[in-house]
This record gives sequence, C-alpha cells and structure tokens, in this order.
Amino acid sequence: MAVITYREALNEALAEEMERDPDVFLMGEEVGVYNGAYKVSKGLLERFGEMRVVDTPITELGFAGLGVGAAMTGVRPVIEFMTWNFAILAFDQIFNSAAKMRSMSAGQFKMPVTFRGPTGAALQLAAQHSQALESQVAHYPGVKVVVPGTPADAKGLLKAAIRDDDPVCVFEGEMLYNLKGEVPEDDDYVIPLGVADLKREGGDVSIITHGKMIHVALQAAAKLEKDGIQADVLDLRSLRPLDTDAILTTVAKTNRVVLLEEGWPYGGITATIAAMIQEEAFDMLDAPVLRVTQADVPMPYAKGLERQVKPSAELLIEKVNRVLYR
Amino acid sequence: MPDTKTRKPEARAAQPQAGSAPEPPQRKSDEERLEGFEREQLRKMMWDMLLARRFEEKAAESYALGKIGGFCHLYIGQEAVAVGAIHALRPDDYVMTAYREHVHAIQKGITPNAVMAELYGRADGCSGGKGGSMHMFSAEHNYLGGHGIVGGQIPLALGVAWKIKYKKEDRVMQVYCGEAAVNQGAFHESLNMAALWKLPLVLIVENNRFGMGTAWERAASLYDIYQKATAYAMPSAVADGMDVLDCYRVAMEAHERARSGGGPTLIEARTYRYVGHSMSDPVSGVYRTKEDVEKERANDPITLFADLLARNDILSQKELEEMDAEVKRISEESAEFADNSPEPSLDHVYTDIYSTEDVNGRMYFDMRGER
Repeated sequence: MAVITYREALNEALAEEMERDPDVFLMGEEVGVYNGAYKVSKGLLERFGEMRVVDTPITELGFAGLGVGAAMTGVRPVIEFMTWNFAILAFDQIFNSAAKMRSMSAGQFKMPVTFRGPTGAALQLAAQHSQALESQVAHYPGVKVVVPGTPADAKGLLKAAIRDDDPVCVFEGEMLYNLKGEVPEDDDYVIPLGVADLKREGGDVSIITHGKMIHVALQAAAKLEKDGIQADVLDLRSLRPLDTDAILTTVAKTNRVVLLEEGWPYGGITATIAAMIQEEAFDMLDAPVLRVTQADVPMPYAKGLERQVKPSAELLIEKVNRVLYR
Repeated sequence: MPDTKTRKPEARAAQPQAGSAPEPPQRKSDEERLEGFEREQLRKMMWDMLLARRFEEKAAESYALGKIGGFCHLYIGQEAVAVGAIHALRPDDYVMTAYREHVHAIQKGITPNAVMAELYGRADGCSGGKGGSMHMFSAEHNYLGGHGIVGGQIPLALGVAWKIKYKKEDRVMQVYCGEAAVNQGAFHESLNMAALWKLPLVLIVENNRFGMGTAWERAASLYDIYQKATAYAMPSAVADGMDVLDCYRVAMEAHERARSGGGPTLIEARTYRYVGHSMSDPVSGVYRTKEDVEKERANDPITLFADLLARNDILSQKELEEMDAEVKRISEESAEFADNSPEPSLDHVYTDIYSTEDVNGRMYFDMRGER
C-alpha cells in the first residue's frame, strides 16, 4: 500500500472515477485552473479538459442546482464546495431538490450527484468559516452523508459516493488534508456507505465519533490506556445511513458510552445516537450516555476562546472517567 | 454580443401604477399570424387549450368536493403559454416548471387520467401519489416536474441544459417560472451561467402580473422582465401570453437558437390568471377587483383563438362545440378514473427514497423496529 496524504487520496479517487466513467465530471469554484482551493483537484483540468473539470462563478445555489438537474437526466456530477459553510447558500437545492426527487417522482429519477468539501473548524477562522454541518445535512431523508477521517477512508468513501445512485454529501476534514496514511492502490477500492469502522479495540468504554474527531478520540484513548483503561473507538464514517448494528455491538461489549462530535450539541448526530441507544440498549448500560461536542455558541476568533469552545481530548477523558465512575 | 434586440417593445418611460394593466399588445393581421401553420396543427392547439381549460375546471370542482387535497394552483387564463410553447418542442426535448403545472404536464404527453389521479393522490397518478399537484413527473415524456420552491427549478433546468451540452445532444431544455421568481437569486445565478456557457436553455417567465397577491409593479424595481436578460448579454423576447400562436413563434425562435449553439433565451410571456393564486384564494379579493378580472376576460386566449379560427374558416362554431364536448368528456372521465384508482399501498411509505438498502438491510433510521 502506498502512503499518501488525505488530499492525494481524494485526488486519486476523483481521477480514477473520471477515468472509469465519462459521465463523471467535477464542478466548483477554483477546481480547474487554480487546482482547487485545497489542491484536491490538482492536475485534473490538464488531464480531463474543461468540460469535465469546470470552474464556476461564485454562485453556490446555482451550480449545486446544476449538479442536481444534470444528475436527474443521466450524468454523474461531483460538486465541490470550497467549504460546507458556503454550501449553506445551496441547501435549498440539496434539501428541497436532491433529497426529494426520487421520492416525489415515485422512483422515476435517480440522483447520482456527489457534493463534497471541507467541514469543521480549522484555526481561528471565526464564526462563519468554522462550522461542522454534517449533522444538519444528515437530518434529511433522501441524502447520504459520509465523513472520512483517514486517507484510506477518504478514497474509498469518495469513490463509493461517486458510484452511488443517490445524492451523497462528503464532509472532508479541513485539518486532515495533509494527514498521511496507507491507502490501497486498487482501482476498485470502494468502502460501502453506511459501514462503521472500529478504529481501536478495547473493552472498558466505547467512544463513538466520526471525521476529524477520531484523532481526538485516539489521542484520548492512548492517554487512558496509560491509566489502564481500554477504549473502543468506533468511527461511524457514515452518518446516513447509520451503522446502528456496529453502535449496538460496541455498547453491548463495554456498557459505557461517550459520544463525540465536532458540531453543536443541539440536534447533533450524538443526540440522535444517544436516543437510539437508550431506546434499544437501555438494559446494557452501566452509566448514562455522555456527550462531548462543540460549545453551543458561534465560533469565536481569539485563540484562547476558540480552544475553549472546541471539543478536546481532555474533555473527552473527563467524560470517560465519569461513565466509569472514576 | 449576441442579438439582444429580438422582439422587444420600447422600454417604458414610467413604471405602471400598482394594479394597472400593461399596455395592450399590438396584434398583427390574421394572415401574418396564421402564416406557416398547418390547419390540423391549429385545430390541435385549439383542442389542447380547451382541454386545459376544462381539465382545470374539473380539478376545481373535485377540489371543492374534497377529492383533491393540499395546494392546487390552476392555470385558467394562461393556457396559450404552455400550449403554444410546448407545441414548438420535439418529444425528446425537456420541460420543467414550478407548481402551476397540470397543463404543462398534460401538454408534454402525460395523460389527463394520470394527472388527475395524481391530484387525487392515487396509485395510478404520474408520481404514484407521492407528488400531488405540485410534483408531477414523467421520465418517459421528458417531463421533469413540478417544483414547489419559487425559482428552485431554474438551476435544475440549467443542469439539464448543461447535460445536453455535455452529452452533445440535439435537445432543448424549456423551463418555466412565474414573474415573482425573477426576484430570486436562483433566477439570476442560472441566467448568468446559461449565457456564460451558451447552454440550450429556454426560460419562459409567465408574467401573470401577481405573485400570489402582490402585483408585479409592487415587487420589482424594473417592470419589464425581458430587460433583465441584458444584464447577462442574453437574447430575450416578449410573447403575447394571450395568443397561442405568438407564444409558439417566440418559443420556436428561441428553440432554434438553442439547437444551433446560440445559447439561452429569456422569454417574458405576458398573461393573466383568471382564478385565485390557489384554490384557497378567491378570484378577486384584496389585491384586485372583480372588475379587473372581468376586463381581462375580454382577452381570453381561448375565445380569441376560437374567433381567429372561425373567421378564417379553420374551425366552425359547430366544430368548436363538438371539440368542447369531447374535452369535457375526457376531463370527466379523468375524474372517474382517479376516483376508481386505488390509494397507494401503505408499504410504499418506504419505497423510492434511496436506490438501495444499507449494509444492515435497512434504508431508514426508523425501520430498526416498530415505528
């Protein structure tokens, strides 16, 4: 296996899928001549030409809708948002059009469109550029939502998203683009959507999370190990469909759960999972399900304030100790 | 620069006052209007407009009886626009519109039975009862829906036009919106990209002069919608939306431009709705008077066209009456068909949301157990 960055893994996924299927094209702001705001599409314009790697004006609602309309009539667009924060302008087309077209038409139109871009806070980008929006998008039946946390998952999930006949929203980690990892070189390395992955095995407590936060969880788990506590770290990878079997399996094993997400607590995916666990596995629990999330405030700019608002390994360890009654 | 001078009236010196009618269109001589049309095509247009009118009247009746639920936006008064413009398309061209769409759906080839059954929320409806009045679809007829968010269909149509160019197809994407949608960002974003990339998009703005109850001149700083195309260096035209032949001609010119690589066209079709915004809205009301509507009735596109055909010996009064009886029967039968069509099976709650089940054999979060 090659060791490449998360960014290169996404680039490989795009290039391989465009090579495989002439109906796949990439469209978004700065994806062509500029090689992508985060260089994910580097070299693709040169390789595939300007009908297949399309620079758009700054017009998110318009080109998101373009992707949806094109997908409904037989091509396979990949729509890049420079960040998911900007995609808020395009949510009408994702929620009102893409998510509902198959249902409204009683299955006459499929919707093989992929929306992708970075999610979550980077460093000191302040309130409008630091949002983790995957929980909100996952609220809508009709869309699929994946949040890869490693280079291998980035490649396998993006390839699966492009091949899927439903609208798939891929939330990449803005802070993960330089992360290196082993990635299979197989052209058909596709990770099925909706399958969680146990990133670390331990029997004392379950930490369930996704995306960039798996690294916070692994960091916390390493510290906990020094105290003799072994944590399962379950990476959801996909928020919709949600691998509820994998969640219930780890809960049954450890009986203690801490849920971690980068976004806000109000209506977040962790709230949904907590509800699901108490509905379906109440008798397995030895402690209340606890959550670690971003503070319920818009992200402040100042370094100290930002640190205070973000979820952290320290907060996670504190909550793990609470579910272990330590 | 593209030709932006096609068929434009002189720009108005002053904006019309709220509620006042725009200047009446100058109609040409009968000879000029009829030139180039086959007798049979003219009679078919008449038939289609009459069916549109009678179908909508039947829908209103069924709504009043509680057989149709939700919102129901009727097209009465605007028939010339969709009938004329869709006559100027080929079967493999695409049509998409907003939520005042029953006539567009029928005109594109969906049977009145399937449209009425959809209105009734029945299994034989063109969207299986999941769409209703605002969401008719037919992949077979290249009818891409009924969309309920004002202006939201325009970027979708832009995407279809992009697909046509991407796949190098000889097709046209004809999309409709109401005049009120022109104030949405979606309209402007789409016009810009359609013109920038010379896409085969024909956008027909049906200016019926009211966005719900807000007169256009109370909503727009610039009355003349066709002028908005200038901002995107796009050709535009005004069609007399009460004249089916003018709608046909203007649309045909735009389709030819689109097919020959000349890019998109914005068409402003000036028309009028004789009924309320939806079935819950009275014909007149606070935003217009009964007299306003009566005055516009003198311009009824069906009467005008019937008169034109009669005085040119294309369709006699007797033939018109026979035609009317026939379309009334078809409309009645569509309601009977809908009444007899079964309710959608409750098993279908969970169908057609996703293409596949997930790896755990489920598609929906609440299908883990009893809902």
